[in-house]
Amino acid sequence: MAANWIEIRDLSFKRGSRAILDSLDIDIPQGRITAILGPSGCGKTTLLRLIGSQLRPTSGSIHIDGVDITRLNRRELFVSRERVGMLFQSGALFTDLSVYENVAFPLRLHTQLPEGMIHDLVLMKLHAVGLRGARDLMPAELSGGMARRAALARAIILDPELIMYDEPFVGQDPIFAGVLRDLIRRINQAMGCTCIIVSHDIAETVAISDYMYVLANGRIIGQGTPDAVMKSDDARVQQFLRGLPDGPVPFHYPAPDYRRDMLLEGE
Amino acid sequence: MLGFLQRLGRSGLDTAAAFGRAGILLWQALWGPMDWRDGPALLFRQLYFVGVFSLIIIVVSGVLIGMVLALQGYTVLVRFGAESALGEMVSLTLLRELGPVVAALLFAGRAGSALTAEIGLMKATEQLAAMDMIGVDPLRRVARPRLWAGIISMPILAQVFNMVAILGAVAVGVSWLDVDAGSFWSNMQGTVDFREDVLNGVIKAFAFGIVVTWIAVFEGFDAEPTPEGISTATTRTVVYSSLAVLAMDFLLTALMFGVD
Amino acid sequence: MQSRQIEITVGLFILLGIVALSFLAIQVSGLSFADARRDTYALSAQFNTVAGLTPRAKVMVAGVAVGHVRAIHIDPITVRAVVEMAIDKDVDYLTTDSIASIKTAGVLGEQYVSIAVGGAPDILKAGDTIKDTQSAMILEDLISKFATSFTDKK
Repeated sequence: MAANWIEIRDLSFKRGSRAILDSLDIDIPQGRITAILGPSGCGKTTLLRLIGSQLRPTSGSIHIDGVDITRLNRRELFVSRERVGMLFQSGALFTDLSVYENVAFPLRLHTQLPEGMIHDLVLMKLHAVGLRGARDLMPAELSGGMARRAALARAIILDPELIMYDEPFVGQDPIFAGVLRDLIRRINQAMGCTCIIVSHDIAETVAISDYMYVLANGRIIGQGTPDAVMKSDDARVQQFLRGLPDGPVPFHYPAPDYRRDMLLEGE
Repeated sequence: MLGFLQRLGRSGLDTAAAFGRAGILLWQALWGPMDWRDGPALLFRQLYFVGVFSLIIIVVSGVLIGMVLALQGYTVLVRFGAESALGEMVSLTLLRELGPVVAALLFAGRAGSALTAEIGLMKATEQLAAMDMIGVDPLRRVARPRLWAGIISMPILAQVFNMVAILGAVAVGVSWLDVDAGSFWSNMQGTVDFREDVLNGVIKAFAFGIVVTWIAVFEGFDAEPTPEGISTATTRTVVYSSLAVLAMDFLLTALMFGVD
Repeated sequence: MQSRQIEITVGLFILLGIVALSFLAIQVSGLSFADARRDTYALSAQFNTVAGLTPRAKVMVAGVAVGHVRAIHIDPITVRAVVEMAIDKDVDYLTTDSIASIKTAGVLGEQYVSIAVGGAPDILKAGDTIKDTQSAMILEDLISKFATSFTDKK
């Protein structure tokens, strides 16, 4: 097993008095694809925001490559983010820039490269995601899948050491989900970067990840290689993986006894 | 009773917190080194969307309001045989009050709401978060050019409003109601003072520009990133900035023209 | 959207703002750059009362504006109002026996200083004072005077 790129210790995040994440311990190995699975609203995206340090944890530490990012100040954070790429759920392309300018944006910001070199780099990344011909389109002219691919090109333009994918497979047709799975795998192998995928799409995620964490109600309920997790005998993990309607996660929102409720209403 | 007190206290705290966030936003957006590479282009773009796009509504409303003022003023003044003071009356009303205030209200409705909706949408589509991740401060890149564009556009729009409104008044007063053109203009020039009336109007418009754009940008950043959140924030922008403009107008009028 | 096109439009927008401000300055407030530089000379006059006269009011000879009131203050010794006027340089025919009076344009109009030129051989120079003055007519005084004379006659 490779060395850990990210080490999260005793991480908690509260919004008001509600704990969204509750003392998590997560290790993310370098150069591998780690998946964080869990039902909607379990705090997955919050976890990504914490790793991307867009949110500050209530307590605990996040070490990325040996540096505790919860202790960096604003300016140090902006510098550290050069090494992190993130693919947002909605793509998050800047609507006022063309596809080409969107991909070139991080380059122009963080480097002083001449225009010719920027041109070559942008076309290389656009070619990798198959959108070299769409460079002059505006984000509004792209389909959802194309927008996400363009956003992926933007996320990898600086050759980051860490790429985070926020629900990459949501709302995509099977063809595009396959394309994206393939891209994520290829980018991981070609660039040797560490990848984190946050998703509730089990089939796609199991197919490409090296290691999995299953998250529910702000806690880790299972972890291991995809095979090991699939075979886990934990009832909560099984309910999530198989999509059973009732189980440890109840079908019913907490309510008083059904029969009593009906009788009371009837009176 | 206690519940009422609790709600009162809670809303007071929430208001104070919102003011604090808005102050921090303004400070962080306007403070700090200027970005010479992208700054001018971003500013020009926003001047285009904030200023130029508001021009049509400003010009049309200005002409109409000038015409109405001339018509109303004439019917009153003609009873005292003082219709030669029409130009004076119309121009003072416009320069001191109506010009900056009406232009600011129109600006809040046209540009302010658009700014809030645009920023709210950028928040909802995670563009702001993406900027943050890429290493650009959204306050610098999104808030700053919009704030400056509003602050610069508002005085220009108000002066254009004044100009077309006075021309509208000339059209009605001089061309239609046959007020003598010479006395119309000379009475106007005799009473309107450049510093006292014109420049004070510019200062008012400038102040309204800051307030309206500040509220609009803040509401955009503070919006819930959902469709309902954005529409609520847009409504709030128009309501709050209209109230703020009228309240500030009273304060500024008292300071500028008040009896001392 | 071409950035060049945006820049040109924004340039026109700012130009329009400047045009509007100049229009308000020159055509509406009567601020004239030629006016400010035009040579004037100072004259003053003392009145018993100036009731209602304000700085920037016109100074007229035979109904034609020849200058404006620059400042009004009280002479602490005579306790009369001193009106300082700026008169256009080319108006060089105000004789030493000219009479300055404060008049009202129309019944409710604004007040102005009217100078009636006399026939003396000497001409007023810069800094001179017009000695012969007629104060502002105060409507209330006029009415009460009329009323008393009316009762006296009875």
